[in-house]
This record gives sequence, C-alpha cells and structure tokens, in this order.
Amino acid sequence: MNYFLTEEQQMIRDLARKIAEEKVAPRAAEFDEAEEFPWDLIKILAESGLFGVWVPEEYGGLGGGVFEQCLVVEELSRACGAVAVSYAASALGGFPILLFGTGEQKRKCMPDIASGAKLAAFALTEPDAGSDASNIRTTAKRDGDHYILNGTKQWITNGGEAEIYTVIATIDPSRGARGMTAFIVEKGTPGFEFGKKEKKMGIRASATRELIFQDCRVPAANMLEREGKGFIVAMRTFDRTRPGVAAQAVGIAQGALDRVAKYATERVQFGKRIAEFQAIEHMIADMATQVEAARALVYATARMIDAGERDFSREASMAKVFASDVAMRVTTDAVQIFGGYGYMRDYPVEKMMRDAKITQIYEGTNQIQRSIIGSAVIKQAMRRP
Amino acid sequence: MNVAVLIKQVPETTDVKISRETNTLMREGVASIINPFDMYAIEEALRIREQHGGKVTVITMGPPQAEEALRQALALGADDAVLLSDRAFAGADTLATSYTLARAIEKLGGFDLVICGKQAMDGDTAQVGPEVAENLDLPHVTYVRRIEELSPDHMRVQRMIEEGYEVIESPIPALITVVKEINEPRMPSIKRMLRAKKAAITSWTAADLGADESRIGLTGSPTRVIRVFTPEQRRAGEILEGETVQEKVRSLVAKLKETHLV
Repeated sequence: MNYFLTEEQQMIRDLARKIAEEKVAPRAAEFDEAEEFPWDLIKILAESGLFGVWVPEEYGGLGGGVFEQCLVVEELSRACGAVAVSYAASALGGFPILLFGTGEQKRKCMPDIASGAKLAAFALTEPDAGSDASNIRTTAKRDGDHYILNGTKQWITNGGEAEIYTVIATIDPSRGARGMTAFIVEKGTPGFEFGKKEKKMGIRASATRELIFQDCRVPAANMLEREGKGFIVAMRTFDRTRPGVAAQAVGIAQGALDRVAKYATERVQFGKRIAEFQAIEHMIADMATQVEAARALVYATARMIDAGERDFSREASMAKVFASDVAMRVTTDAVQIFGGYGYMRDYPVEKMMRDAKITQIYEGTNQIQRSIIGSAVIKQAMRRP
Repeated sequence: MNVAVLIKQVPETTDVKISRETNTLMREGVASIINPFDMYAIEEALRIREQHGGKVTVITMGPPQAEEALRQALALGADDAVLLSDRAFAGADTLATSYTLARAIEKLGGFDLVICGKQAMDGDTAQVGPEVAENLDLPHVTYVRRIEELSPDHMRVQRMIEEGYEVIESPIPALITVVKEINEPRMPSIKRMLRAKKAAITSWTAADLGADESRIGLTGSPTRVIRVFTPEQRRAGEILEGETVQEKVRSLVAKLKETHLV
C-alpha cells in the first residue's frame, strides 16, 4: 500500500532498510544465539543519525515524530526484533525527558540520545508492579536538594547498556499512583547498580536487566515534572511509544511474510512449488492482509499523534494490541509453512515467532490494552445523552 | 591531505545487458548505484581525511543523472562533488574518459592522492585509474588492499597479487586503485543525506575543462567494440584416482613429466 510518505520519510525508511538488510540481518542469528548486546549494530545506527529521527532539531535531532520513529523500528524489526527494541527503548527512556523535562534537562540529555552517543532506558516495572504499575515499591525520599532512591527495578530493556535512565519511584507507597515520581538517573551514580541479566525466549540480543538502587542520591534537579506526577509521565510516554511496539510487531510480521513468500516459491513437494497449493496460498493471503491492516492502523495512529491530537491513548493501545496479535499469528503461520525447517534454528522464522511473543506482553500486556480501549469506548458511550 | 575520488555510476546488477546495435551498455530500466568498488575508494578517502585532515572531492563523468551518485557520496561524508557532463563526452572509452577526468583534476588544482575503485562493475576494464595517472604523470599503484603509511610526501601500500601482496613505496601525489579488502564502507547518515539532497554540485562541460575535442567522447575513443562475450571456461581439471596418497602422487608426477611441466 502506498502511504504517501514525504521525501524525508522515504529517506529515513530507505536508510533504515539498508542498514537492516546489509548490517543487521546477516548477524541477527549470531547475536540471538550468543544473547549478546549488538553494540556493533547500535554504533552503526548511531552514526546513521537514526536515533534522532523523533527528536526536535534544537536538540540535535531530525525534528520528526512518532511516525518517523515507527518507520525505523519497523524496518529494523524485519531483520531483527532485538536490535529494533534496543533502538526503540532509547526513545522510551528519552520521551519522558522530551515531554516533561525542563529546558536544562532536555539540553543536557537529548542531544546525546538523538546522536546515539548514549542509550536511554525507562524503568517502571518491579517484581510486584507489572500491569499494576502503581504498586511500585522503589522509594524516593527527599533529603535537602537530593532524593534518595531505594529499591529494585525488573526487566529493564537496555539495562546496563544505557547511560540515561528515566526511573519511576514513589515518594509515598501509600499514595499509590499519586505518589509516583519520575527521575533521570545516570549510569555510574553511586548506589545505582545492575543486577541479574535475564535469559529470554526471544529478543535475546537485547539487554533486559535488574536495576538496583541502594541509598542512591539523585539531585532534585533530576526530577521530571514534580512529585506525584510519575504516573502521568509514564502513561503519556507509553501513549507515544506503544505505536513503536506496534511498528516492531508489524516489522517482525513483515519479515516473516517476506521469507514465507520466497520459501513457498522455492519449496517443492508432490512435484509442485508449495505456493501453488491453495492451502498455502490462502494462508499467505491472510498473512499479507493482516500485516497491511496492522501497518495502516499503526501509521494512522502515529500520524494522528504527530498532527497534534490531544487524546490518543485508545488508538495507541489499539495499534499495539492489533499489530502484536497479528505478529504472533503471522509468525506462527510462517513456522507452519516452513514446516520442519521452520522449527529449526537454521532458518530465521522460529526466531521471529519467539521475538513476536513479547510484543503482546511488554509496554502493557494486550489485556491491559484492551482494558484501556474498552473503558475509553464505554466512557464515550456513557457521555452521550 | 586532499584526496580526489573518481567514481562511476553503474546499473544495479551484475547481469549487464549489451545493446546488439551499438555494443554499449544498456542502462534503461535498471536502477543506478555507485560502482561497488568505488565505495571502498570513498571510504578510504574519508578515513584519510579523519586521520590527516584535508578535503575529499568526488568526481564523476556521466549523464546528468550521475549527479545522484555524487549526492550519495556527499551523504557518506565527501566535502565536494564535481560532475563532468556534456553530450560531447558521450561514447567515451577508457582513454577518453581518463583524459577527461585528468583535465578535471588539473582544473581543481591537483590532489595529494587520487583514489579509484579497482574497476567498474559494468565495464570491468580496470583501465581508467592507471590511465588517469598516466595523463597526470603521477605514479600509480593498483589493487591496494592497505595503506600502511601516508606522509606528506610518500606512501607505503600493500598491493594485492594472486599469491599474496607486495609492499610498494611511492612518492605522492599518486593514484591508487583499491580492492574490497581495504575497508568496510560506512553507512550514510540521515542528516548528511538531507544536506546532500540540497547541496550545490559543480557541473563542468568540455568547454569548462578546456578539453581537446579530439580527445573526448566518441572522437577521442580509439576502442572499437567488435563483439562482447564471456570467455570460454578454462578446461575442467582432472582428478587423479588412486588407492593411496603415494599412488596419486606418482601419477601426478608422471602427468607433470608428460606435459613437460617438470
């Protein structure tokens, strides 16, 4: 489908595609197998300037938005979901600073995030605070012009590799969501250590790690917004980054579809290319249709956000839930069409199926997304006379 | 250290179609790219600039659309780009092309180093680089796989040969052609791509170069292509059979004697 990208958007997509095909794809299996953070590829992405596509020009970015970010994530995901999430997680860590930071905070952090000189990360999840985000136990206690952070964050993407962390802590656990407060914490701050590195089912090259805060003194000047605004910071950030997860899902699904379409014209059984069997042909048709529908929803949502719409939680959730469910179905079918070969790690589709699964889980499970969508729809219905 | 890189825009395919009427390359309907070997030349020039300072100037001769190849080179980081384009250049063989490129290099005031890819992917002659050097009366080294040393007045390079490599020292200014082993070309940056899109590209005609009209284009090209064909494969090898290694060696020695190779 022609989405009528601007010339600049086409250039961004083409460059991301070139890097994905020439640099990322040939090494995706290797990094997955080794569960090694793909620093070589991150450096190539940094030099390409693609980390800054969504960052305003005054902070060294390209001045694009969520849509440009999605284009890059999608192309990278066609080659490797893990490289794509490592790239996207830096935006997840950076968006809260861009949206809620003071001029000084932005001037300090954004240029390095835009250039890719530093990776960023976002830390909200804890062992007992997943979908129930306001149940966090990491505390921030005011002490003069500092806050003292104590607690453990779990499953933090880019953990250990990133330099800049947006951390959500609570100034008072009894206040629930209203106690949550966001801080910028830099790697190397005394009292800030990294814990266990997770071994995952998919996106194995990406870093997922514990962050441990023990009497970590963070300057009050590093607080984003003000005390009690952390929940808002997190939710407004997710509204902007969920289309990115959706784009990741679209990219993974497209990657699987690309390979299936090629394989089906090469694999011969019963003396025929398997693409000639209607059973296979119709599966491919359904896969292609679902991928295009998902892409259309993601692009429309991203463009709506960039155009300045105020409330887009519902659409961001729809894009995320739809695209990730599509990715799971399409990659599962891709493995099915590849048959026994698809199940083998010598072929790329089993990795795509493993990588696709997480898109239904992270940045809000699809169940949470459905709650957001459902409550928005019902609220709207109730407002009507 | 000022470096010139000579590049060529080629069709994005190794399966080049040749016109039956004119025996020249058919470019219609095929996307164009920078000759892949020239990418290594550009990369090496950029690395030299990063280490020694100076400027990288990219030069190509071709139709107006070859400007796109120059913009790609600017997106990679080249400082300046010069397009040599004129109907009078059309039909040039390697001799006329190298003369034209040499005039441009002279007009630009010369360089410390001129770098070319080892050959173009379409024509495959590997002649333009050395011929440019001859036109400029510069020393040249072909098939360079590594620059070991580069100082203001000399260079030491490794030249790839079939059995390994030679180490060659030469005064500079000089011209080198490079092989793909020399480096790994970088990716363009999106910001430079956007700048390159708007960059002014110098375009020179035959008159701008003050070129001798008898030495450019078809007129300046003594090459006449009679027929283009892929040479026949060399005779297939022979596998010597035998029960033991000793037996195989014996029959090998006998064969070598038989053919008077030993």
